[in-house]
Amino acid sequence: MTTKVQLEIFEGPLDLLLHLIKKNEVSIADIPIATITEQYLATLELMQSLNLDVAGEFLVMAATLVHIKSKMLLPDEAGEEEEEEEEDSREELIRRLLEYQRFKEAAGELERREILGRDAFLRVSEPAEDAGTVEVETLSLFDLISALRQVLDRFPEEKFHEITLEKVSVREKMTLLLDELHRLGQVLFQSFFERASSRIEVIITFLAMLELVKIRAVRVRQDQRLGPIVIELAAPVEELHSRIAEEEIEGEDRGA
Amino acid sequence: MERDSLRSVIESLLFVADSPLSLQRLSAVLEGVERKEIVSILRDLQAEYNASGRGFRLGEVAGGYQMRSFKENAEWVRKLQRAKPTRMSRATLETLSIVAYRQPMTRAEIEDVRGVDVDGVLTTLLERRLIRIVGRKDVVGRPFLYGTTTEFLEMFNLKDLSDLPTLKEIEGTAVSEPSAGETPPDSGK
Repeated sequence: MTTKVQLEIFEGPLDLLLHLIKKNEVSIADIPIATITEQYLATLELMQSLNLDVAGEFLVMAATLVHIKSKMLLPDEAGEEEEEEEEDSREELIRRLLEYQRFKEAAGELERREILGRDAFLRVSEPAEDAGTVEVETLSLFDLISALRQVLDRFPEEKFHEITLEKVSVREKMTLLLDELHRLGQVLFQSFFERASSRIEVIITFLAMLELVKIRAVRVRQDQRLGPIVIELAAPVEELHSRIAEEEIEGEDRGA
Repeated sequence: MERDSLRSVIESLLFVADSPLSLQRLSAVLEGVERKEIVSILRDLQAEYNASGRGFRLGEVAGGYQMRSFKENAEWVRKLQRAKPTRMSRATLETLSIVAYRQPMTRAEIEDVRGVDVDGVLTTLLERRLIRIVGRKDVVGRPFLYGTTTEFLEMFNLKDLSDLPTLKEIEGTAVSEPSAGETPPDSGK
């Protein structure tokens, strides 16, 4: 599959780590390195198999995690120096996570303020486009990837891949998803995948959904933490169909 | 000038102003009127708009006073303007808050906090005029330093930078000192 999805959501490795820490209901200070490293690597692998653009920073962090983990596994006689080094890199990681978390919270505070163009408006309004109503994304890419993981778990790993050419391209899938949304108003993330018959179809569906998010055709939201993920149309469906037609989708004619 | 007419004049000034009116600006226009008189009238107007349930409020933003529509009516105003929502991604908002609290900062310093490239996000923020280049740092390469703008204060309804909510002290800044000899919870794995 050569379809490459580059998301404008530049969420980084620290985001992913915080996401995993939250999911495991542990605190940053007692971050269980072994478990988190394992899950971090698994997510990275999934992202790569989705051909999501995995930035170099993710790999650097993976190396750091593996390094800390391996140091922790070394027997005690490793020497004081080594031990100190292990503590240092672990502490450094914790420090960075805490600092980053602080700013994430600060960003949340900003988002809750009375925002010009969203909550309050000026008498001399600039043209609507420039005034820029603000809408903040509520869901991160990692929330979506975790949800995908659950869907994929339903399908056995296809060790020997049987090559049947399913002629569903990402673009076609996007159109199908839009029609479904148009018909139903909103759809639960999980039910998008109900009719998928293979892992590859699940992945195509997922990519199609990401593309729709990217071209602002759909909105994805989760009203409660860990609650159901809902997908809904973000614009009139006719307009969206033409938007899809114009959109360049890399490798789209290859199908899957 | 009598208080009532002064009050009316000030209201007119606020009504036509296209950016927040500072006290300085007001007193320059209202020659001979004492500042504290102006402040007292501004307070009056604020109280009056609140109390009488007007469709606008007098906000204190970016070092001045500004008439803004009442936030509870946002839905209707949006409908009138047919505003297409432009999204602000989490990445953008996070980067903005890092710059706001830590300014002036270089790109590398911001990236250090976020752990990821912020090139695209900075461009977006610069285009939206929420941040600007405020200088260059005196280190090798003389990188640009970024800071927030008046537009940023206006957008987030802030009087000035000190009006930003204090960064939360997150529990556990002290945790980075595990008691000696204690093994981390998962080290046995």
